[in-house]
Amino acid sequence: MSRETVINWVLGLGLLAVPFIALMQGEPFYITLATRVAILALAGVGLNLALGLGGMVSFGHAAFFGIGGYAAGILATHAFNQEPLLAWPLTVSGSSDMLVIWLVAIAICALVALVIGAITLRTSGVYFIMITLAFAQMIYYFAISWPAYGGEDGLSIYVRNGFPGLNTLDPIQFFLICYAVLMACLFISARLRDSRFGAALQVARQNPDRLAATGIAPFNIRLVAFVISAAMTGLAGALFADLNRFVSPSMLSWHVSGEIMIFVILGGVGRLFGPLAGAALFIVMEFYLGGITEHWQLFLGIILLCVVLFVRGGILGIMAGRRVHA
Amino acid sequence: MPDAAPVLELKGLRKSFGALKATDDVSLDVRPGEIHALIGPNGAGKSTLIHQVAGSLTPDGGEVRFNGADISGLTVAQRVRRGLGRTFQVSSVAPEFSALRNVMLSVQSTQGSSFRFFRPVMRDRSLVDAAMDKLALVDLAERANVVAAELSHGERRQLEMAMALALRPKLLLLDEPMAGMGPEGSKNLTGFLDELRNEVPILLVEHDMEAVFSLADRISVLVYGSVIASGSVDDIRANKDVREAYLGGED
Repeated sequence: MSRETVINWVLGLGLLAVPFIALMQGEPFYITLATRVAILALAGVGLNLALGLGGMVSFGHAAFFGIGGYAAGILATHAFNQEPLLAWPLTVSGSSDMLVIWLVAIAICALVALVIGAITLRTSGVYFIMITLAFAQMIYYFAISWPAYGGEDGLSIYVRNGFPGLNTLDPIQFFLICYAVLMACLFISARLRDSRFGAALQVARQNPDRLAATGIAPFNIRLVAFVISAAMTGLAGALFADLNRFVSPSMLSWHVSGEIMIFVILGGVGRLFGPLAGAALFIVMEFYLGGITEHWQLFLGIILLCVVLFVRGGILGIMAGRRVHA
Repeated sequence: MPDAAPVLELKGLRKSFGALKATDDVSLDVRPGEIHALIGPNGAGKSTLIHQVAGSLTPDGGEVRFNGADISGLTVAQRVRRGLGRTFQVSSVAPEFSALRNVMLSVQSTQGSSFRFFRPVMRDRSLVDAAMDKLALVDLAERANVVAAELSHGERRQLEMAMALALRPKLLLLDEPMAGMGPEGSKNLTGFLDELRNEVPILLVEHDMEAVFSLADRISVLVYGSVIASGSVDDIRANKDVREAYLGGED
């Protein structure tokens, strides 16, 4: 087992242990904190596919995070009020079933990413960053100005959506759902990375001309990766809305895009468990330093600066050393 | 041999950058079993021409025909899938991948779609074995697991050749393969290409005159974007225009 694999296990099992220790210590608040880490890590795992493997620096992933959140909020609201989502030509009702909500969140995010990706991936470098940001901002302002679902005030989910056979109102059970989804997406990411598609995607980042000269069009590979990446981040958004029982345009704001990117960079770009390490450090700092000073992000900034300047591999890079290439 | 239908045919290719005619009505062909060398002084427009054949530049006019079909409108990747393999003037590999994984990418491309998401490539014998074969062919088998960025210049050239051959190309476009190879490397590569022509015809762009004269079945000389002479090695050696324009006049 490589050192990175050991660290991955430690991170994965460590996160799993937190809520149970919290329960024993009688500090249930930490369960929520661990759930936040799992969900934000998932958003990062999504971005890491595009950014880490494919080299697509998307500064617009908040769009997918927010769309996932609104999918949960809108479906739940319609289910709660027993108003159909669509009355004609066919009746579509809301849903308070997480599985349905996840599927809808994934499908809509994939569709939106297909459109955004098809346009933005014709550019590269700083233009790609700016255009993905622009799309996310468009969706952000749309959400603010759309009164049907709360506009600027957002939308409350009165009862957390359900999962067959589980009580989602129990913090531990909800944590386990989020944790399981995170692990499933990490597993999918690992398989993707090692697959034919993953090989092509990584070469699209390392040397797109080489990929084309091998007969594989970089654009198509990137577009599919962008769509999968968006779907995962959207799934995280749906869970996040359920965690807070609230969704608002702030989930779509560019700060969120930045934070998701920070998880990935802090943890180690392209490292499988990097987003988990990054999100965990972020939440821990927000909680402890945030308790001391309002300006805790100053320290975050300093750490981020050090990571970018001195350790390219992020936290995983410090702990596991240079990446071992297959 | 010269009667066979050409594999690659350039017909009246034209490309200008502003007032500069980089490619000025170039027509040439490559036939099965031959090495057709393209030579010319610096700035003659060889690279521009190569780009148009490979598909990374669109000509202003004229046609690129490959195996009888017009491929002028195809992208780089589409042309490669049709069988147009190439190596670059400056080696172009995936630097973070091992030599083996680089070649595996080519093999993967020949096996069809890259939209396969779940099976680990390293456990896929059909990819690994075929890639190892090609590495052995270019004498790079012992370096299979070395990351491409850590290979020497010459080894990266060999790797590129393995990647091109793994595509099972119907034509090879070699852009200065001898550059920076040293005398020993050039000699080996010359021997290698000499054999290779029987499997796949080659359009060879090269500065090393010794290699060109010993390898080429035909030579075309490009000066200021147009072909000033085309013929056998002896024709070109004897051609007055070529001597003046390119070989530096009388010896």
